[in-house]
Amino acid sequence: MLTKRLLLNDRGGAIVLALIALMLVVVPILNLAVPASSPLHLSTFTVTLLGKFLCYALLALSVDLIWGYCGILSLGQGAFFSLGGYAMGLYLMRQIGARGQYGNPELPDFMVFLNWEHLPWYWHGFDSFGFAMLMVVLIPGLLAFVFGWLAFRSRVTGVYFSIITQALTYALMLAFFRNEMGFGGNNGLTDFKDILGFPIAADATRIALFLSSGIALLLAYLTCRYIVTSRFGRVVISIRDAESRTRFCGYKVESYKLWIFVFSSVLAGIAGALYVPQVGIINPGEFSPLNSIELVVWVATGGRGTLYGAIVGAFTVNYGKTLFTSYSPETWLFALGALFVVVTLVLPKGLVGLLGRNKKSESAHEPLESHAEEKIEVTPHTALAEEK
Amino acid sequence: MNILTHAKHALPVKDPDFSNALSGFGKDVDNFGAPLDTSKRNILYVEGITVSFDGFRALNNLNLYIEEGELRCIIGPNGAGKTTMMDVITGKTKPDEGSVYFGRQINLLELSEHQIARGGIGRKFQKPTIFEALTVYENLELATASNKAVWWTLTKTLTGEQKCRIDEVLVQIGLKELRYKNAGSLSHGQKQWLEIGMLLMQSPRVLLVDEPVAGMTGEETEKTAELLLSLAGKHSVIVVEHDMKFVRSIARKVTVLHQGSVLTEGTMDQVQNDPKVIEVYLGE
Repeated sequence: MLTKRLLLNDRGGAIVLALIALMLVVVPILNLAVPASSPLHLSTFTVTLLGKFLCYALLALSVDLIWGYCGILSLGQGAFFSLGGYAMGLYLMRQIGARGQYGNPELPDFMVFLNWEHLPWYWHGFDSFGFAMLMVVLIPGLLAFVFGWLAFRSRVTGVYFSIITQALTYALMLAFFRNEMGFGGNNGLTDFKDILGFPIAADATRIALFLSSGIALLLAYLTCRYIVTSRFGRVVISIRDAESRTRFCGYKVESYKLWIFVFSSVLAGIAGALYVPQVGIINPGEFSPLNSIELVVWVATGGRGTLYGAIVGAFTVNYGKTLFTSYSPETWLFALGALFVVVTLVLPKGLVGLLGRNKKSESAHEPLESHAEEKIEVTPHTALAEEK
Repeated sequence: MNILTHAKHALPVKDPDFSNALSGFGKDVDNFGAPLDTSKRNILYVEGITVSFDGFRALNNLNLYIEEGELRCIIGPNGAGKTTMMDVITGKTKPDEGSVYFGRQINLLELSEHQIARGGIGRKFQKPTIFEALTVYENLELATASNKAVWWTLTKTLTGEQKCRIDEVLVQIGLKELRYKNAGSLSHGQKQWLEIGMLLMQSPRVLLVDEPVAGMTGEETEKTAELLLSLAGKHSVIVVEHDMKFVRSIARKVTVLHQGSVLTEGTMDQVQNDPKVIEVYLGE
């Protein structure tokens, strides 16, 4: 019953999930079991790159959940991603111990450099992995709760909401750039050694991180599917399409927006936490407003309001970015801009809309009683341009 | 700019359960605290309502009483304040002065839109407003009177009884065959009926219907008249309409609004022969 609801009525999603699952099996084998001399061997660099893409896909999923389904265009989703990343970074910094440049067992290098005497109070607790993981979820979630509560209660919607989320991530970026904040300032947190006692640069650790990212993505996808196929999901779609109608149906729109926003931020935080140990650094640049805009482009490219479209978009655009930036770095931003224009004008349903063009007529009549609550058809709006 | 106008007119004055957003997650009140007291026959008391937008008085000391089970038509030239009146009753606009009571006990001005909707006042918009991305069935499902708190909608499906109710309403609004069709693909008239059906799913005591036959064909208009007539008695129905022929076909009592207050009230014939009405409205 539940499998059916989550997967069988979602062909595109099932295909994407199967591909990811396949990747999770094949990549570790090609990296660990195939000898380095063989042409089939996959370098650890590629594994890390794919792991990064998986984190991006999770982040894109979180954007699609609120933008594609609830119509909330958050242009500050990168902030929650970075906060999750910083929480993980703090834990990784504490694991360095006395192995830093200055060999101080109590303080991270940058604090020694700044002549700090004590560890700031908010660093306490991050020695424990469990506590750090709790913070990965709690900090983005709490910020989203407070921010969303204020914004939705005042009925800030549409482009106004987008602008204040941009301001939020920009403000956080400026704050984290400051050395006095105690998060490494400009340089951020880096030079990590261990995670849970395993050397962070080792091949096996890399594979474990890659697998964790993939599993997190699969679980998050299924959870999102559960949400959007529930009655809650349909209320959320209603809010997107006719907010005041939903209100006059007796739904407290603010609560719905708030909880989906909080959940999406938590997903973004988890994505950030998985990202940081793989790239080995987190710095305030991650808060850059541009990052948040870019990931909206991923979702628009893949196909908004489908969930799996977000994953497709994150992989495609980032693969393109990797190619572009290695051959001709200066043209990447132009390519990204052009891509967004093309998608908005030509592919309002994104890449997955191209594949699923004839799917609609197929599923239009399906008079099975039991499917009534399980079936859900989403007509994603044309991208950004249509946002009011 | 939008934010500013919102802040002034759309913000709920007092929203006791939002101030406690966490508890609103799992538990939510379905009804008003007090039972509905209609012992004086009237179900809705609108008294001395004044609403100004930037100095323009959309409503000016408006008084209106609706009886239980009554079908009331409200007519008036453009700008007479018909839609603003509905906004006030449903909590969308807070008036500058006056009071709105539902029954004799419940002060609607203290409540927010969703609370008023849950308490039994349903509203149909001027332009058909349905959820186009969802099916006809899902539209009705969303409107069903049930626990509408976040946690419930996330984990629970509707009960068998509620599903039966959806089937009943589907028959009533004549969309039974189209239940799995996307609401966006319905004709204009069908959308209007679906929206009325959504109101019925809320089991409201009062239905506010704004221009139900605008843009309908003659046949559709007739069906709508039948539908509304069948609802009166069980529900109080307030219809705002421009189409005089339609009003004549359903109205028992007509209220004429002019410049934000009531000009006159009575049967269609009385109203049509009233010299004041002829001057401001029919005489045009």
